Formats: sequence, C-alpha cells, structure tokens
Amino acid sequence: MRPKLTLLSDEIIARILAEAYELLLKPGIKVQNEEARDLLMREGVVIDPETHVAQIPASLVQRALESVPREFYLYDYDGNPTVHYGGDSVHFDPGSSGITMLNPDTLEHDTTETEHLLRLLKVAEQIPQYDAQSTAVICHDVPKDIQDSYRLYLALLYSKKPIVTGAFTNKTVQEMIDMLALFAGSPEAAREKPRAIFDVCPAPPLIWSNFGAGNLIKLARAGIPAEIVSVPLAGAAAPVTMLGTVTQHTAECLAGITIHQLAHPGSPIVWGGAAAIFDMKKGATPMGAIETAMLDCSYAQVAKTLGMPTHTYLGATDSKLVDAQAGLESGITAMVGALSGINMISGSGMLDFLACHSAEKLVIDAEGIAMAKRMIGGVKQHTDTLATGFYDDKINFKGGDFLKQKITMKLFREEQHLPGDVIDRNSTRVWKEAGSLDAFGRAKLRVKELLASYRRPELDSDQIARLHSYMLDLAKKAGVEELPRLEDFEVA
Amino acid sequence: MSEEIEKLFKEMAQSIIDGDSDISTELAQKSIEMGVPPLDAITKGFVIGVNYIGDQFGAGEAFLPELVMAGEAMKAAVAILEPELLKLGSARETMGKVILATVEGDIHEIGKTLVGTMLSASGFEVTDMGVDQPADKIIGKALEIDAQLIGLSALLTTTMVRQREIIEELDKENLRPRIQVMVGGAPITRDWATKIKADGTSEDAVGAVALAKQLVGKA
Repeated sequence: MRPKLTLLSDEIIARILAEAYELLLKPGIKVQNEEARDLLMREGVVIDPETHVAQIPASLVQRALESVPREFYLYDYDGNPTVHYGGDSVHFDPGSSGITMLNPDTLEHDTTETEHLLRLLKVAEQIPQYDAQSTAVICHDVPKDIQDSYRLYLALLYSKKPIVTGAFTNKTVQEMIDMLALFAGSPEAAREKPRAIFDVCPAPPLIWSNFGAGNLIKLARAGIPAEIVSVPLAGAAAPVTMLGTVTQHTAECLAGITIHQLAHPGSPIVWGGAAAIFDMKKGATPMGAIETAMLDCSYAQVAKTLGMPTHTYLGATDSKLVDAQAGLESGITAMVGALSGINMISGSGMLDFLACHSAEKLVIDAEGIAMAKRMIGGVKQHTDTLATGFYDDKINFKGGDFLKQKITMKLFREEQHLPGDVIDRNSTRVWKEAGSLDAFGRAKLRVKELLASYRRPELDSDQIARLHSYMLDLAKKAGVEELPRLEDFEVA
Repeated sequence: MSEEIEKLFKEMAQSIIDGDSDISTELAQKSIEMGVPPLDAITKGFVIGVNYIGDQFGAGEAFLPELVMAGEAMKAAVAILEPELLKLGSARETMGKVILATVEGDIHEIGKTLVGTMLSASGFEVTDMGVDQPADKIIGKALEIDAQLIGLSALLTTTMVRQREIIEELDKENLRPRIQVMVGGAPITRDWATKIKADGTSEDAVGAVALAKQLVGKA
C-alpha cells in the first residue's frame, strides 16, 4: 500500500473550488497583458478598461479544464519519456534561478557565473534521484538580456535529462522556444517530445502580469509545457489562513489555465507553485517552514481533484549553510512533497530562501529524496506467509540466522534503500579514520568525485553547432561579441 | 498638564499600540474638541505608541502585523489632526518628504509598503509611487514634490541594477546630495549599496526609519 498524505476533506476541497470561482468574479483577476485580455473578451468576459480586472465565469474555466491534458511526459535527449506529469508520479529536480552559490571552502555566497551553473549541472546529471535538471542559477557573466536563454543553452549542452526552466521576459520566452525547436530539429519535434518545461508566475494577489500571461500564451501556442508557479504568501500577499491562501492559489491557477487554454486548447500545463507563509518577524518567505509544506500538500490535493498534473517548491532550506537546519527542513519538506504525490518537486540544493545554491547540498538532499521515495514505495508483501515461512528447521534461535537465508539475499535490496557514503553508518573507529567528517564534509568529497567522473553527453555535432551559433547570435544582439569560454567545447 | 489630558495621551499611545484605527481616530477627534493643540496630540500622544511598537519590534517582541496596524492607526489619527494644524497655520513640521518606488521591471512591494507605513507613522511625508517605476518618472516626481529622499526597492537581482541607474542619473543631473537615495530589498547588501553609491540601506522597515532620520539630519 502506498502511503499518502492528505490534509483536506472532500468537503473542504469543494468549498475551496466554490470560493475560488467566486474570487474569479469578485474581486476578479487583474490581467495586465493585452493579448490575454483580448482572448478573454472574445469569450464575452467582462474586463474593466481602466483597471484591467476581468470577471472570469466558471463556465469558461470549466471549458479550459476540459481541454487541458491530464498527463504528459518530458523526454530526455535520447527521446525516452523520463518525467511523467500526471497521477501520483513523483519526481525531483534542483531548485531554479539561484543568484549565489555556497563556496564550500570559504562558506561565502558567491555571485553565480557560468562555472557555477556547470558545476551544478554536472553534479545533478550523475545523481539518479534528480529526474530532471533545472536552470539552477543565473550566470551573471553574460548580459542580462540573454541570462535566461543562456542557462537553457548550457543545460542542453551539458545534460541529457529533461530541463525545468523559465524565461524572464515575453521576448526571451520566444527565443528559448526557438532554441528548443532548433535543437530538436523542428518546432513539431520540440512539441512532440518536449525536453523542457517553463515555470510561469502569476503575481499575488490575483494578478496575471503582462509578462506572466504573455509567457503562458507563447508557450501554449508553441505546445511547450508550462508550469504555473503561483506564489501566494500567507499573511502578506494572500490571506493569513492556509485555507484562504490555498483558495487564492486555486483562483490564480484556474485563471492561468483559462488564458493558456484559450491561446491553444490542449497544450500541456501544470498546477504548481511556491506558496509560502510570510514570516511575521523577519518579513521573509520561509521555504523550509512546515506550513509552507502544508500549503503545498493542500493545493496539490485541490489539483488532483481536478485531475491536473502538479508541481511545487519543497526540499529547500532557509539556512545559509549546509547545516542541521538545512538537513531537517529539506528532508522533512521533501518527504511531505513525496507523500503528497506531487509530480515535480523543485528546490533541492537551495539555501537562503531560494537565493543560494549548493552542489554539496544537492548531494545530501538526494539522500533525503531517496528516503522519501523509499517511503512512498510503501510496505510490501513479498512472501506468501508474512513470517512463518522464514522459520524452518535450521533456525536455532540465534541472531544472524536470517543472514544465511537465500531470500534475505534476494530481497534485502528491495526492502532497504542503500544510502551513499554521504550518510554515515560507520563504526566510530572507521569514521575517525576517515577524518571525522560531518555530512557537509562528506558531501564536499562526493562533489569532487562527481566533478571528476563527469563526462559530457555525446551530442550530435550539427546540433551543437546550431545551438552555438544561435546563442552567439543572441549574445551579439545583446551587445557582446563572445560568450564565456566552455572548456568542454574547445572546438567551437 | 491636566490629568484628563494626560490620560488622553496615554489612551492615544495605547490605541496605536493596539493598532486600532477606529479608536485612534476617535481620540484625535476628542482632542480637537478638548482644545488640545494638535501638535501635542501627535508628539505627546500617538507618536509615543509608534515608538513603543518600533522598539518592541526591534526587540523581537512585536511582529509585522502589529507594526503595520500601528502605522495604519497613526495615519488615521494624523489625517484627522492635519487639517487642524493647517487651520492654526502651524503645519506640522514633517521629518521630510520621501518618494518610494519599486524599480522598473519589478512588481514586488510588500517590503516597500511596510517601509512607507513606518516612515509616515514616524512623521515623514511619503509618496509611494508603486511598482515597476522607470527612472525618469521617479526622478520627475521627486523634483515635483521637492523630496529629500528617494527609497528604491528591488527584489530581483535582475532588477536591482536599476537602483544604480537611478543613482547615476541623479548624479549626472547634479541632484545629489539635494536628493539622497536609500535602497532596499531581499538581494540588497551593504556592499551593493556602497558599490552603487547609495546613501544607505537597511534590512527592515524599522531600520529604514532610523536611516531616513539620520539622512535628513533628524536622528
């Protein structure tokens, strides 16, 4: 039996949906993108010409919910469906859009550049717990106008895994869509086997900004998956109650799906977010708070009622170092996410309210993810009798008897997750001999190993050339003649 | 001072501490009827409450909702007293005029709004321009109202560079130190503020008030 965490009753979910539909009419949704307003008005939606507040009727939302896909896949470089959005599938990817990275030696939060993103890509590529890559940090060594497309470019070059990404403007989302099409060979190929999904954020409360709604429309038309990342902050940009915040989140998602499906019915979109509470002392948005995880579990339940694929931000911490706080917040929230059956859980590797990334934390978080995945694997019945069959006439009432059984050898790997060396189960003597390291110290060693063992994927040379020249072209338009040198691609 | 007035001042301070705009409004009205000088009502009554909550917040005893509600209660009371001050021709000496804005391309405003509430509760005249404001509009507004301070908010690293652009523009026009610039937002560090030659930055709204007072020479 697979364990599941649910926090809401069916009755409360029905009320959340009912009130969300009310919010869509009153106060309505502020739609700051002209094209999105046109799409809505064409369906008879009333929009205030001054305030741009749209009153979106339930009937229109329900039509969108009928056309939206219940499931879809992201594909790896070789064309294998590796990430399943739908049902209770659970995947993890590193958090996105960090601006600093923990320097494991100085413990400073360094401003991120190309080398930092490559480090994260190389480490995540080799950790099986990450089913997808993310465009994890911003590379500040390239011009602002290409910072989003450049991240995708690097992920395409250095990874075979699917990619969770996002654009910073309506212009660059199109450039990134074009980049994916170019890499896949054609827009059709990019659509048929999508390699990447784009996070798109509404602005709380109840606003679809020009940029957010514009991105939704462009992605829908290209048939490239979109992932709504609604970010209600309970107590500041959303009601202080969890149920109030989940209801606002529901309304923001429903409005987004409506705009998206009006632009192109049937295009894939995910019910996601990075909901959080608002810390009343620090004015911060703690990603490691248990209430943050509870909000996410709750909205995922609402999404599942509607049959929508799901996403959330968990497995991160607000600590500035990879320390005990990082471990407990990341581990507990990853477990909540997995038990909630959320399809894509972003956030691993991240510290400091999603601002800072750490390759060492990625390594440790992978162990937490493995535990969470083992947990949802559940307690299984492997044998006809539960226990009596294990006691034959060779049993002589000694501990260790069961080690001699063939079935132990056969089943222990299915029953037990075998952690990597970052988890310490050594005797004190062996631990001391290995340098008396803590988890962070062991993770530093593991990262070094992974960076040494990394081999960049063998990609089609034409594809690489096309990608390079497209990126260089964007760079030139942004006013620079060359891009940071990539050691692994000297030929280009 | 009569006992009655002393009691009124205490109630005024308490209404701010309780964050109760209804009562602070009522007390402001009552003070006018009693003939209490409006300036006294503010400085000896309501402001005491604001300062108390500010100190409590600094000490970790009060929380943001209490801070914001206190600011709102203060604003409500001042709104009643201000016309009286004008009538007496003794307009309340403000701490200074401040423009607040979130820079272009950025739509985050929780922190900025908090700073605005606290600044106006502390006697500054605050013009909050809202979010996504381009440099020329911000500077134009500052000149229009003759502001001494501009507070620039940015939550994103991609938009924080706009803070520098605005400061550079002000310098180009020789508008500093006539107009001083405070910068704030999650990614803003002291190093950043120094690097872009801002006049100061603060981690939180209470600190922003202290900074603003210091910049206008009224600390």
